[in-house]
Amino acid sequence: MLKEFFSHNFAKVREINRKYAKPSVEMSPWVKGSLLFLRFYLILLVGLLLYKFITLL
Amino acid sequence: MFTFSNLYYEFRRIWKAIKLFFILSGPGIVVMVADNDAGGITTYAATGARFGYHLIWFLVILIPVAYYVQEMTVRLGAVTKRGHGEAIFAGFGAFWGWFSLIDLLIVNWLTLVTEFIGMTSAMRIFGVPPWLTTIGVYFLMGIMVVKGRYWTWEKIALLFCAINLIYIPGAFMVHPSVHDIIHTGFMPHMPPGGFTNDLFFYIMANIGTTIAPWMLFFQQSAVVDKGTKEKEIPWGKVDTFLGSIMTVVVAIFIVIVTGTILNGVNIDDAGQASLMLMKTNKYAGTFMAIGLFDAGFLGAVCISLASSWAFGEVFGWAHSLNNKIREAPWFYATYFVSLITAGLVVLIPNAPLVLITLFVQVIAVTLLPAALVFLILLLNNKKTMGEYTNTLWQNIITSIIVVVIVVLSTLYGISTLFPNMLK
Repeated sequence: MLKEFFSHNFAKVREINRKYAKPSVEMSPWVKGSLLFLRFYLILLVGLLLYKFITLL
Repeated sequence: MFTFSNLYYEFRRIWKAIKLFFILSGPGIVVMVADNDAGGITTYAATGARFGYHLIWFLVILIPVAYYVQEMTVRLGAVTKRGHGEAIFAGFGAFWGWFSLIDLLIVNWLTLVTEFIGMTSAMRIFGVPPWLTTIGVYFLMGIMVVKGRYWTWEKIALLFCAINLIYIPGAFMVHPSVHDIIHTGFMPHMPPGGFTNDLFFYIMANIGTTIAPWMLFFQQSAVVDKGTKEKEIPWGKVDTFLGSIMTVVVAIFIVIVTGTILNGVNIDDAGQASLMLMKTNKYAGTFMAIGLFDAGFLGAVCISLASSWAFGEVFGWAHSLNNKIREAPWFYATYFVSLITAGLVVLIPNAPLVLITLFVQVIAVTLLPAALVFLILLLNNKKTMGEYTNTLWQNIITSIIVVVIVVLSTLYGISTLFPNMLK
């Protein structure tokens, strides 16, 4: 039953990935720049979280 | 005779508009009042106790901030008929979609825990043990959705929104000086002591509680579930504007209560503030505790729904409050599982509740900037938004608001991670 549950949901995730593979928003320089900013922002935050976690240990 | 018939016609027209507003309003008021959740009440109570009436004018500024951000979710939901989670998947692809969905689930669950902390600490004041409060909350939340009608859920939620106004009579009970409130509170000025790190921290905290990631997801999904049409967008805007006024009015009255009675006292949570208030004014303290429970409850209702809606939209499950439990089992399973597990955490002896409360602020800043940036970009997509695309002025205003929110909430999150940074 558990196997069936996971295989069903993995299939669903693959289906979602296929469905949304191509972004519908036109990738203008503004959009690309914003997404790039978000990536850097998240890398910085995750880095800070990891630093805090490591220094706490 | 002609004047009377004209007056009667005007009266009928206005009455019809009011009735229509009551039918179409809901998501905006509910999300804005729920924004004053348990964490928010603590922030406002602490602000009043630390700075008295000196920051009331700053709270007034938060009305347009909350309105302009949330109003965009009304337009996006009504035009695309998609919740924010699904809109991100469709607009920016699976990577950003999964990131937003998983981050939302984590942030919402942690925030739910903080709502239960608030509710149990409020009810403990009345001698109700945490386990009983938790079971009672499960029961109430079950009743709200069991009918399988969005309308029923919304009206019960609006009733809890009305209870949130309890802080207004509470403020009158402590007999504040109206002269001081007007002259000290509503005149923009720097509090005594100038611009200190402490003041900066409180400003960040107040902005941080004004816009939370779950609010964007909740209101957009609620607009879709309610079936708001494009022609009803103006009503949705009025609903959101009234909600943003209500949320700030409640915040101001909390500041007045603690600023009058607990001025200069250090407050760590709203439950503690209620107990302190009770020593001076029993009813004001009781109202504060009732308000805290109500705030936690409203927050919990909206946050758990925001997660269920987002997952339902993306996974393609039936995900409407108009569905009965057997018609949308996964939607309600997500709702109850997040609710029950969050409630159980509070009952675990020696659970790291303070750590969870701090962690929420940090995790929230990983999602908030992304959700806000996506919102503006989606509102500029002419292909889907058509005549409801952001105008130049809307873009200027919302971009300034988003930049300020992102910078301040990020600094708030970082200062939570590194408390000595601002000292």
